[in-house]
This record gives sequence, C-alpha cells and structure tokens, in this order.
Amino acid sequence: MAIFLTKNSKVIVQGMTGSEGMKHTKRMLASGTNIVGGVNPRKAGQKVDFDGIEVPVFGTVAEAMETTGADVTVIFVPPAFAKSAVIEAIDAGIGLAVVITEGIPVHDSAAFWAHAVATGNKTRIIGPNCPGVISPGQSNAGIIPANITGPGKIGLVSKSGTLTYQMMYELRDFGFSTCVGIGGDPVIGTTHIDALQAFQDDPDTAAIVMIGEIGGDAEERAAAYITEHITKPVVGYVAGFTAPEGKTMGHAGAIVSGSSGTAAAKKEALEAAGVKVGKTPSETAELMREIMRSLG
Amino acid sequence: MDLYEYQAKDLFAAHGVPVLPGSVADNPADARAIAEQLGQTVVVKAQVKTGGRGKAGGVKLAENPDETQTKANAILGLDIKGHVVRRVLVTPASDIAEEYYFSFLLDRANRTFLAMASVEGGMDIEEVAATKPEALAKVPVDAIKGVDEAKAKEIVEAANFPAEVRDQVAEVIVKLWETFVAEDATLVEVNPLVRDPQDKIIALDGKVTLDDNAAFRHPEHADLVDIQAEDPLEAKAKAKGLNYVKLDGQVGIIGNGAGLVMSTLDVVAYAGERHNGVKPANFLDIGGGASAEVMANGLDIILNDPDVRSVFVNVFGGITACDAVANGIVKALEILGDEATKPLVVRLDGNNVEEGRRILADANHPLVTVVDTMDNAADKAAELAAAGV
Repeated sequence: MAIFLTKNSKVIVQGMTGSEGMKHTKRMLASGTNIVGGVNPRKAGQKVDFDGIEVPVFGTVAEAMETTGADVTVIFVPPAFAKSAVIEAIDAGIGLAVVITEGIPVHDSAAFWAHAVATGNKTRIIGPNCPGVISPGQSNAGIIPANITGPGKIGLVSKSGTLTYQMMYELRDFGFSTCVGIGGDPVIGTTHIDALQAFQDDPDTAAIVMIGEIGGDAEERAAAYITEHITKPVVGYVAGFTAPEGKTMGHAGAIVSGSSGTAAAKKEALEAAGVKVGKTPSETAELMREIMRSLG
Repeated sequence: MDLYEYQAKDLFAAHGVPVLPGSVADNPADARAIAEQLGQTVVVKAQVKTGGRGKAGGVKLAENPDETQTKANAILGLDIKGHVVRRVLVTPASDIAEEYYFSFLLDRANRTFLAMASVEGGMDIEEVAATKPEALAKVPVDAIKGVDEAKAKEIVEAANFPAEVRDQVAEVIVKLWETFVAEDATLVEVNPLVRDPQDKIIALDGKVTLDDNAAFRHPEHADLVDIQAEDPLEAKAKAKGLNYVKLDGQVGIIGNGAGLVMSTLDVVAYAGERHNGVKPANFLDIGGGASAEVMANGLDIILNDPDVRSVFVNVFGGITACDAVANGIVKALEILGDEATKPLVVRLDGNNVEEGRRILADANHPLVTVVDTMDNAADKAAELAAAGV
C-alpha cells in the first residue's frame, strides 16, 4: 500500500502537449506510471508517441475518465488557465488532482478550493506549486525524480520540492512508502494534517518525516493534530530560521508577517507535540534513521 | 507587493471608495503648492511601507502653505524603521467623529478570505485583537460568492457599527471588496475608516498588498513599483528573472529550490557561529533548470555584492542533473573571467553526482572547492568568509 497513489492508479495529464507536460509525461512513463491519456480540447483525438508508448489525447477530463477509467490527473497548464483546469477536474469527479503549476493567483486557488468544498470535496487536490506525489516502485504523479530512492516504510510530507528530494536521498537506505509535496503557496489543497492522517492509516508506513517552512501556521496546526491523532513516530524539519520579516523567500507562501509564521514558532510547536525536530536536513535524516533502526 | 498609502487610495478612488483629495510631493516646494491648491489646514504624511509613522514624526498638521513647506522639509528624508521617506502625501485635515477599522485579507488556515471589522479603529489592530478580541469581528467570505449588500450588512452587524451609519459603511465595504477582487489584492486595510461630523464615511488611510502571481493580468500594476526604493542588487536580479533577496551577511548563497535555499541559509548561519559569526549574504533560488546562463547571472549578482566574501553553491540534482549544473558553473566562471574573484564552495548531490564532481575536478578552477555534504560545505564557506580571503 501507499497513500493517495498506488500501482493501480490510472493517470491523465492536463496540459500534456505543452513543453513541461511533454517532458514530465515522458519521465512519469519511464518511472512506471500508468498514464492513460492527456487532455487538450484542441488536440482531441490525436495520439502522442512517448518512445514507443502511444498516449491518446482527449477533449475533456470527463471524456478521458469515461474512456480510460482514469482516477488521477496531473495538471501542468499555465497559471492563467489553471483555475478552469482544476474546476474541470473537480466537476468531472476525479479522485485526485495534482496541481504542479507555479504562479497561480491566490484568488484563483481560493476560488477552485471554494468550488471543491461547495461540491462536497470529492476530489483530493494536491498543490498548487508542488512537485507532486510519488509512491516509489508503484507510481509517480508529478515532477519528483523517480530514481532517488526505492520503496520502503517511511512516509514524507513536505512544502518544498528540493528538500523533499534531499530527504529522499538522505534516507534512500530505508526507502519510502509515499512522498507528498504539498506545495509552497498560501492556499493549498492537501495539508500536512491530511497527509499525516493518511500515513497514520497506511499499514505500510512505519514512521513519518514532515518538512515545513516559514509562513502561515500549517505546521503549528499539524503539531496540535499530531498530539491528538498520530501514534506513529514523526520527525520534523523546518526551513527559514534566518529569513527576514516581510520578505517572500521564493515560494509565494514563504513569508514571515510581523511575528507570525516564524520557523522558531513552528519548531517549538512541533517539539511540544513530541516531534523530534532536526536542525539541518542531515540531522533530521539521522533522527529518522535512529527511529527506523529501533523499529527493526 | 505592498503599496504606499497614496497608491492604495488611488485604487480605492478608482473603485468608488470615498477618500479625501490630496497629492503626493517629493520636495517641500511641491508640498507647499498642493497645500495652496487645497486652501485649508492639511496633514503632511510620510509615504513609507511600514507602520508607526505618527510616533516617528512622519505625520504632521500644517495650517498654511508656509507651514506645509516646513513640515514637508522635516519629514522628507526621515528614516522610519529603516525606510527613508522620499515622498509625502498632502491631504486636507478632516474632522473626525469616530474611527473604525476594516480589512479584507487572505485566511490561509481556512483557505478563504476574511473580513475584519471593529468600531475601535485608529489604533494598532493587533493590539485590539490581543487585548480586546471581542471588539474585532471576523467574518469568513466565500471566494466565489464574495461580498454583496447582504453580506456587507452581516459584517456591519457583526462588528456592531452604530445604526446611523450602517448603510453607508456597508456600501463602502462592498466597494472595498470590489477593489480587493478587481486588483487581485491579498490585503485591503483601512485604518482608520472614519465617520465625519456629517456622518460621511471616509477611508482616511489605506494599506494594500497585491498578489505578485496575478501580475500577468494587471500590466498596469508595473507602474506601482518603486524602483528607487528597491535594493539595487534585488532590482538587478529581478530584471534577470532571478529570485533574490539581499541579506546582511558575508556568505553568498546560490541553490535550486526555495526550500533548499532557505535551509542552506540556516545551515550557513549555524556554521557561522563557529567562524566569527559570519552569516548568509542573500537568498538566491535559481530554480530547477540551472542552465549555464542562469548560473552565470546568479554568480554575477552575488560576486558584485561588496559584502560577499565567499560563495556557497548548493545544488541537489533532480530534474536538472548534477553534470549539467557542473557544466553551468564551469561555463559561468568562463563568462565572468577576471570578474570572479571570490572563493566558491560547491556541494552537489543527487542525479549524476559523480559525473558532476568529475567535471568540476577536471576544470580544476583555482576558486572552486568541492565539498561532499551540505553541512561540511557550509562550514567551509563560513570559514573562507571569516578568513576574508
């Protein structure tokens, strides 16, 4: 097992025929993902050849789902069109929408989230501005390099893409059940809490690494949730202790506003919840290694 | 992007939110001319993107044009919490019966918008929230349904505005929402929102933050950028499409991915504790596709920072493999030639790392040291910066 994405997942790609979509569809196929279609109304009916694998293009998400039984969509469409792409996926009732696109206006993200809520939250949204989700050895939906690590029993949830890769690399001797990049935007679909609960419920996940960064209070809320609901060991890491107040640090959501959103406050909240927090990525990996050894 | 008060009020006026007339001046003579035109007692207000202007002497009353000139002269050039005053807003002094607070903002935790309103305005709203939370009404706003007259009345009632002005306040709230949506703002704040003796509601001050991600549908917002006030290195980086923030340390940082770069700054700061207290000099994320050109642009910015004494290039090869990054570094140093004078510590990990390290070893550039791990590389970079090589 794994969370959100398994070897049985049937994946379509919205924006497959664009340059990013083409590049990453090829990579996803190479890592074993079952890609069953692309979506582009202007190229419906065509087939795209990826090194010998022919992937059909459909006009709409609904049509792709009906024909292929797809249950996951990965969205690469440019920021200006992302809102309608996500709303289309929600209206088609797909189970999981992974929104890779960076630079979506927050009014658009808030609107598609409100639409998801208003229609009963049938679609899990991961992202936007995220690297996606990978269950090593099973399936890869997004842009996470598939060759960093193999399958194992650690679950990983992170706001940051490259820190996800770094942590996967540091702990490649143990491997991962699923790694989820939830994204660095101020408004995101799946949160740390959602992933923590899914890992808690997943029999193949033994321990969880949680990576946060400055901005908002998602880590503090996750800490409170861990105290109440999570019994598996959790190790944490928070980036941005040296970030100045009022400056956006790369990710649209990574900003300390006044006294809120600081790394220190997040670390303190996690530690109060019994989470061991590493000072650096390598120290965090070492903390996880100790836990995995003790679990046998 | 945060706006100046006068820019915020211009947007308010464009969307029908009542504001007082007035103009902005960057010298005392122009301030005098504005006061002459207004022909009444005025307020001279420092235009800076920070709070506490009044306490810092940045807001002064002036009864006539001469006094306006004197007051503007005193305020222009003031340093308010590190922000130098380059412009003043000259606006009529108003009679105030009551002061309120109002804002629309993004509620990250609930992934929606929030209206905040209080009849106890004019003071620091965070203080009101802390000391008298019952005086601050917080009403969630659905991103799709928005704020119509009925919703505005709900907000006005929740905040307990006086009955005589509820309709007027509700009308202003609807227009503030229009501003919030039409301009793609993440914050619209009016403090104070005032009631004058004739029961007219006026936005006396304004604070607006615009969403940089929405710039593609607001070409007109480019004119609101104050290039003069930007750090010159930050402005240069922005022009080259780089994600750069200037800090006050000595170790230049380049990395790929926002999270990894933030983490790199922290690790360098820890290492600095062992090396004379040196700190990171900047944040620079060159993103996933670290081509030679992007690497050269990044190195160019950092090597031109006079505070930088060593550079730490920290890359995890994901989509862009380490050999491509290594080639980028080698080519970047070729492009820069004699301009590159500061030592570079490079840490590569991930995809094709052996090949990447081999390329750097073969190039054997005298300024480049390759170190295996992020922690050791940070230590080396801090050591070099402390030595001031």
